[in-house]
Amino acid sequence: MIQRDDQGRKRARAAPWLLLGPGMLFLFLFFFFPLYTLLEMSLSASPSRFASPVFTWEWANYSEALTQYGEQFSRSFLYATLATLAALAIAYPLAYVIAFRGGRYKNVLLGMVIVPFFTNFLIRTLAWKTIVGDQGMVVDMLRTVGILGEHESLLRRPIAVIGGLTYNFLPFMVLPIYVSLEKIDTRLVDAARDLYSTTWRAFRKIVFPLSLPGVFAGSLLVFIPAAGDFVNAYYLGSTKTTMIGNVVQNQFLVQVDYPVAAALSFVFMAIVMVIVAVYSKLLGTEDIA
Amino acid sequence: MEGEAYVRDTEQGERSLLPELDSEGAIDAVISIDHVTKRFGEFVAVDDANFHISRGEFFSMLGPSGCGKTTTLRMIAGFEQPSSGEIRLDGKDVSRVPPYKRHVNTVFQQYALFPHMNVWDNVAFGLRATKVSKPEIVRRVTELLAVVHLADFATRRPGQLSGGQQQRVALARALVNYPSALLLDEPLGALDLKLRQAMQLELKRIQREVGITFVFVTHDQEEALTMSDRIAVMNEGRVVQIGTPQEIYEEPTSEFVAGFIGMANLLAARCEGSDGEFRIARIGDQAVKVASNGLAIGDEVTLMVRPERAHLRTSAPPMDLAGVSAEVVDLVFQGPIVRFDLRSPDGTPLVAHVGPGSDLPLLRPGDQVWMCWEPSAGRLLPRSTQGFPRPDVLEY
Ligand SMILES: Nc1ncnc2c1ncn2[C@@H]1O[C@H](COP(=O)(O)OP(=O)(O)O)[C@@H](O)[C@H]1O
Ligand SMILES: [Mg+2]
Repeated sequence: MIQRDDQGRKRARAAPWLLLGPGMLFLFLFFFFPLYTLLEMSLSASPSRFASPVFTWEWANYSEALTQYGEQFSRSFLYATLATLAALAIAYPLAYVIAFRGGRYKNVLLGMVIVPFFTNFLIRTLAWKTIVGDQGMVVDMLRTVGILGEHESLLRRPIAVIGGLTYNFLPFMVLPIYVSLEKIDTRLVDAARDLYSTTWRAFRKIVFPLSLPGVFAGSLLVFIPAAGDFVNAYYLGSTKTTMIGNVVQNQFLVQVDYPVAAALSFVFMAIVMVIVAVYSKLLGTEDIA
Repeated sequence: MEGEAYVRDTEQGERSLLPELDSEGAIDAVISIDHVTKRFGEFVAVDDANFHISRGEFFSMLGPSGCGKTTTLRMIAGFEQPSSGEIRLDGKDVSRVPPYKRHVNTVFQQYALFPHMNVWDNVAFGLRATKVSKPEIVRRVTELLAVVHLADFATRRPGQLSGGQQQRVALARALVNYPSALLLDEPLGALDLKLRQAMQLELKRIQREVGITFVFVTHDQEEALTMSDRIAVMNEGRVVQIGTPQEIYEEPTSEFVAGFIGMANLLAARCEGSDGEFRIARIGDQAVKVASNGLAIGDEVTLMVRPERAHLRTSAPPMDLAGVSAEVVDLVFQGPIVRFDLRSPDGTPLVAHVGPGSDLPLLRPGDQVWMCWEPSAGRLLPRSTQGFPRPDVLEY
């Protein structure tokens, strides 16, 4: 009896590990192992341009990454921050209307947010290039109303890159915010209004705080890929809007300088981790991060 | 048919539907519902509701699910606007005033506590929205948490509280504003029976302690009977009777009320004549005396007798008793009483509660008996076109 009990308990204790198994194996094979290789690479040096790099504790890669590309790093995080804020400003009202006023069209409206993203990322960026291009409608209009001068463009300027980033990652902001708003019991809003709150106070005190997990998730889902993105800067920007993604891409594929590229990647990861940690502390949502 | 009988009954009956209107009660009405109708599209959810709620009263709205109780309460709170008619709070017409400007507070059906705030902040929420000073907020929240016995739970989140405790937070959160009236929408519905009964007493205690008018919505007739000063019984959007629990129980004015509140024997009868202060009603081939209450001779009526007012005899009743013959179907010993399930010759199911001290011989299913009652215990009701409802079928 006792023995069977013991076995039962052992099996119960083993169950979570068994369930975790496949995921752990996947993480190990496709995340930790490449990460380790990358780390080793970031501390290697190539004896010559065409020889493979050798591990030599080459810390110089890191000082090169930090000193030479500081500008691109700060630009990446600045653009990503602005794109995140822009996406938040567009996505929150959108998600709010769909969640609370969508009625039976909720799913249709959500579909309309997602459908453009069935097309390829590259194609969308190129489409965006056409839209804000010198021959496009947007520039035409801005020139007519005099916001842009006769020979000024949108392309190749920071705003084009930030706009592209915003556009490309918008659904990642809309969906989590929608989910968190949708979960809110509207009777809580009734309760707040019953307790002498205007609709605006009810929003500030009840709806917005309860939607913060969605805002948090959405901003990370936009910020992280936006900071590492190189496609938007490549197609929509100029040499003055180069982001860290472009540098890494250039080092890996053009210069074939793997060690520096790897060091750049590590620095990028470290910065992102610090930002995420600080951000989750600020929003007080560590428990869901 | 039913409407006609209903109107006649209220016009000629001894008791008007609005006992408060002609007394001084109307002057001290906290809430006046003045011919209020609410339509959702074609559907009439509340049909010409017309009553007053007095200051300090424990007032219940009782009726089966879907009869318009919540809608009426939401109109008082301001979440819905009447399609026609007027709602007055403290004498002022508030029909078009938003909820946040009305001095009433609601305890919601599922409490609707703010999950991201602790108990203290939940309770202080309403005061912080108004111009109440900080020290006054602290004083009042402390006071109310003491009233609901939750002083030690101020820093807990709602998710860390039991159902009964959440219920009390909801009460404190509403009462802390000292509203003109507290609206409660089936506040005990989510609790299990034991806790529910404890909370019934607790609610009564709190109401006496704070002296605020309670408007209490429930579909549970027992709850309404135990707790209320007055009850408005609703059915299909209409207020069918208003009165004290005793009036509602002893002098129902319709088959619906008779059947919905407590157990009732309902016998199809015909008003045949009068005998002094009594009416003669014919049930099948038997004529019985009943207290008169304004129904015309010749009317098809329903005779109601409560099971505890009925007793059983093995022989025909004397002239001064009313009675019908019946067959014993079943008998159930229930401690203080024995419940007899009977069947009249035309198949109507009947119930009699027989207490101790009756000198009945041993009865068995199949035995022929007479179910008898004092003529004053019977009550004539206008005949409804629908079958009469049974409470056990109507709940939920
Ligand atoms: N917003 C609404 N739109 C349409 N019908 C409604 C609405 N609110 C309530 N009703 C209908 O009105 C009737 C009364 O509802 P309610 O007042 O909630 O009943 P109760 O609280 O007595 O159970 C129900 O039939 C319900 O379906
Ligand atoms: Mg209801």
